[in-house]
Amino acid sequence: MEFISKIIIMAVSAIFINNFVLSRFLGLCPYLGVSKKLDSAFGMGMAVIFVMSLASAFTWIINQYILIPAGIEYLRTIAFILTIASLVQFVEMFIQKSAPALYKSLGVYLPLITTNCAVLGVAVINIGDKLNFIESILNGFFGGLGFTVVLLMMAGIRERLEKAEVPESMQGMPIALIIAGCMALAFLGFSGLKLG
Amino acid sequence: MTIILIPALLIGALAAVFGLVLAFASKKFHVDVDPKIEQIIEVLPSANCGACAFSGCAGYAEAIVQKGADITMCAPGGADVAKKIAEIMGVKASSKERNIAVIHCQSGGYNNTFFRYEYKGIETCKAAAVLAGGPNLCNWGCVFQNDCVKACKFDAIIVNEEGLRVVLEDKCTGCGACMRACPRSLIEMVPVSKKVHVLCASRDKGPIAKKACGNSTACIGCGICSKKCPVQAITIVNNLAIIDYTKCINCGICAQACPTKAIFDRKQPRKKAFIQEDLCIGCTICAKKCPVQAISGELKQAHKVDADKCVGCEVCVEKCPKKAIIMK
Repeated sequence: MEFISKIIIMAVSAIFINNFVLSRFLGLCPYLGVSKKLDSAFGMGMAVIFVMSLASAFTWIINQYILIPAGIEYLRTIAFILTIASLVQFVEMFIQKSAPALYKSLGVYLPLITTNCAVLGVAVINIGDKLNFIESILNGFFGGLGFTVVLLMMAGIRERLEKAEVPESMQGMPIALIIAGCMALAFLGFSGLKLG
Repeated sequence: MTIILIPALLIGALAAVFGLVLAFASKKFHVDVDPKIEQIIEVLPSANCGACAFSGCAGYAEAIVQKGADITMCAPGGADVAKKIAEIMGVKASSKERNIAVIHCQSGGYNNTFFRYEYKGIETCKAAAVLAGGPNLCNWGCVFQNDCVKACKFDAIIVNEEGLRVVLEDKCTGCGACMRACPRSLIEMVPVSKKVHVLCASRDKGPIAKKACGNSTACIGCGICSKKCPVQAITIVNNLAIIDYTKCINCGICAQACPTKAIFDRKQPRKKAFIQEDLCIGCTICAKKCPVQAISGELKQAHKVDADKCVGCEVCVEKCPKKAIIMK
């Protein structure tokens, strides 16, 4: 029971309170770049959830069984980037062969997130928070979920904005950044939540 | 020493393992890409001009193979490329006629433009065209910052000694990049066989248009060309003559009739048709097709061309079943 409540706390924390995009400011590039259409935002979100969960697992193993025993934790960033990049490449090839339909929907976005800072961020945060293996994977999964929720909200707003009368000088990126700011302010409200 | 060696070896080993795994995976999970796509990419001019309306040459190649897109869409490659793609795909190419760009303005040079002010801003037509209605007096004409020249990837638009932009017929591939670059929409893509163009885009009323044009070759919307046209290919819309190139037969009558010389005949000098009597079988097709009734003759008798009436449109040459008509 305690474990389940811990998971729920983790989920709420990763999705709302410490949202990767809006309170940690990680992964802003896809957040602004792939949020023009709902379906592409959804595809991107699924890919991020997938890669973040996998990357959490692998980087935890690399950290625990290679970096710590050798005493080279200071090379964490390099080792993690290496791991994540190869992992994404491998997964991309694997999916292309085994599940072409999934590859068609995820494929375009997989290479994009190879060096996404949210993916590297979740790996580093897992280590910093001293999470165990299962917790790391869950943290990655919920972090990706939080990213997807925010990305979908952003895409929904921007699709509506297409029909709104935005002043010419504000069209496109300026209004998107203002919306991002407003959303970050709104998510700031979640930091008052008391958990546990 | 070990303080450097151990991390270097470990990270190196890690990278090597990942590299090997990836190399193995790329063999194991290799997916065959249709070789036709790569062949077509090689044939395409890789200018990535976007005239085909796909995302670059690679996107077009993929669309041809996977979605059966039209193989004649590549404007820069033209008929040659279409033929090569047809060979790769194993279908017959229906060669599409090449388009060339026509700039609908004869003003915009050093000596044939009335200036509203001297423009010294950013060197782009987009900026010049919006600054107080443009540096030239005519609100429709060329603002001479050479956006079309910059847009052309094939050096087909040059600035001549008078400062006018000229489209080189041989080099223009009809990709339409200049057409999209022109903020005043002066450029139209016209099939290369069509030789008569209205070189004015002014929608102003006659007197205003003529006063504003530094070349005094504005279309004043008088409608003479429209009345003279034997095939009703010209309509006057908003004080401007517009040629419908699906109907135009290149007769050049409109260019001769135009009082302001706004219509330009690219076919110069025009030759006269001549019927070789020994080949003529008297089918009367040429006489029926001649837009100016310059050909006369009885059925099954050799026909004659009245050289004074002939405008050199070459319609009869195309229509003659016996190839008996030549241009002299």
